Amino acid sequence: MAAIIDVQHVNKAFGGLKVINDCSIQVEKGSITGLIGPNGAGKSTLFNIIAGALPLDSGRILLDGDDITNQPANTLFHRGLLRTFQIAHEFSHMTALENLMMVPPAQSGENLFAAWFTPGLVRNEEAEVRRRALEVIDFIGLHHVRNELAGNLSGGQKKLLELGRTMMTDARVVLLDEIAAGVNRTLLGDLVTNIERLNREMGYTFLVIEHDMDMIARLCDPVIVLAQGSVMVEGSIEEIQNNPEVIEAYFGAAS
Amino acid sequence: MNELVFFINNVVIAGSVTGSIYAIGAVGVTLIFSIMRFAHFAHGDMMTFGAFMVLLLASAFPGAGSAFGVPAALVLLPVAMALTALLAVGIDRAFYKPLRAHGVKPIVLVIGSLGVTLMLQGLIRLFSGTGGSSLYVDDRKEIFRLALPFEGVRAPVVITEPQLWLFVITLAAVVGLHFFLTRSRLGKAMRAMSDNPDLAQASGINTNTIVAVTWVIAGGLAAIAGTLLSLDVTFKPDLSFFLLLPIFAAAIVGGVGHPFGAVAGGFVVGFAETLAVFNWSVLLRPFRDSLPEWLTQAGNLAFVGTEYKIVVPFFILVVILVWRPTGIFKGKVI
Repeated sequence: MAAIIDVQHVNKAFGGLKVINDCSIQVEKGSITGLIGPNGAGKSTLFNIIAGALPLDSGRILLDGDDITNQPANTLFHRGLLRTFQIAHEFSHMTALENLMMVPPAQSGENLFAAWFTPGLVRNEEAEVRRRALEVIDFIGLHHVRNELAGNLSGGQKKLLELGRTMMTDARVVLLDEIAAGVNRTLLGDLVTNIERLNREMGYTFLVIEHDMDMIARLCDPVIVLAQGSVMVEGSIEEIQNNPEVIEAYFGAAS
Repeated sequence: MNELVFFINNVVIAGSVTGSIYAIGAVGVTLIFSIMRFAHFAHGDMMTFGAFMVLLLASAFPGAGSAFGVPAALVLLPVAMALTALLAVGIDRAFYKPLRAHGVKPIVLVIGSLGVTLMLQGLIRLFSGTGGSSLYVDDRKEIFRLALPFEGVRAPVVITEPQLWLFVITLAAVVGLHFFLTRSRLGKAMRAMSDNPDLAQASGINTNTIVAVTWVIAGGLAAIAGTLLSLDVTFKPDLSFFLLLPIFAAAIVGGVGHPFGAVAGGFVVGFAETLAVFNWSVLLRPFRDSLPEWLTQAGNLAFVGTEYKIVVPFFILVVILVWRPTGIFKGKVI
């Protein structure tokens, strides 16, 4: 299988602190790839670089063979590369449903002229988007809070909303940044099921940052271990769990 | 009753005029703040620029209004709005965008906008001269005197044509903006960006487009405010600059980032100013026989003299911020 995301020799420093150090990873099309590593390993920074939220110092990133280095997040969105945020982001002054309805790309309403001169077309699309948003909100089990302001939802519900957002459009790759953190066990089960379904039924590729090892074990193959800004090991979860280097990085040297 | 008419002329009408101008100005300031998170000090001079464009156009086409039966300035206002919007986008591209690209703190942008203020003002002065000129180039300012149908009322309620237009256009602008922000996708995208810019971008919203649209709207509104103000009095290159502080007071009073708060704030500040300089002894005159002498003897019972008018908005600002630190309406997000 071909790599849908190909990160080649990326470097990134904040001031004198080298956070990403000649890092190269490949995410295969159709996979759910895990990205783990101790705190400060550079996981989120790498995510932000891939997602276009941070400029990189050097290196190259390819999306399905096209160079997407330093493209802004909104361009990447329209090319099918979506991300969620480590700390759930939401439009706090809009309802959960409106949050989802903000997402879909390439609507004529966003074009200044279409918004003013072809209101009929815009209204039809709006109805279509609404239908889709209602489906998604059922799917993620937030139907009962759809008209609540998103700012008032619980942390776990906001995480579900983040996942829902990725389902509003035909994504190719979704970057999930600690989607399980702060979500209770029952909800987590739903989340994992939903991710698996999206992967299987819609063909989404996932790159997942996660601290929850159970979730990584259940979802991800392969798993990439990042340490000090570069790849330490890559392999199946069993290989990772039995790798002495990884154990040392996580738990310190067994003296 | 004549005193009541005096009150209507000097407080109700004058306050609504000032309030409307402050309101339109403050809406622009507040929109810019909610999208770009900085206080745009050059807003007053964008208003002046809009009025100056109208002046130039009206001098070039003095007969433009006669076909519609309205002042030439009003017919040419849409053109001036477009030009001011263009200027606003241009200023952003030339001065603010490079600063934003460097990720500077908002205060740097604020200082940058002060520089733009001085440049714009100098530029306008260079072409218009420092004196005043009327926007009524070839037509006459209509003044309506409405006599009230009461016994013994001699003084009429006086309202001028530009004042009527000011009320109509303010209402239209506020209603239009409301529908734009709540119904159109572009308006919703603006709200989204003011709520959470990172998420907006990650949701495929082109933040550069939103910034440009914000400048177009702010520029257009600035041109409206400046033109209507100059129609009401006369055009001067520093006219709107002196409105800058009350406009900021209005935006803050209403809750920064809240367009309807800005409208409310504009009227609060406008009426506070007119009420504070109004000579209340006029209203006591009819009761002169039944009041103690010391009260009727006072010729001037205004709270502050006209020359201290500028103090009033700040007094209001401090009082409202102590009472409600986020403004009348909770601000920050459109």
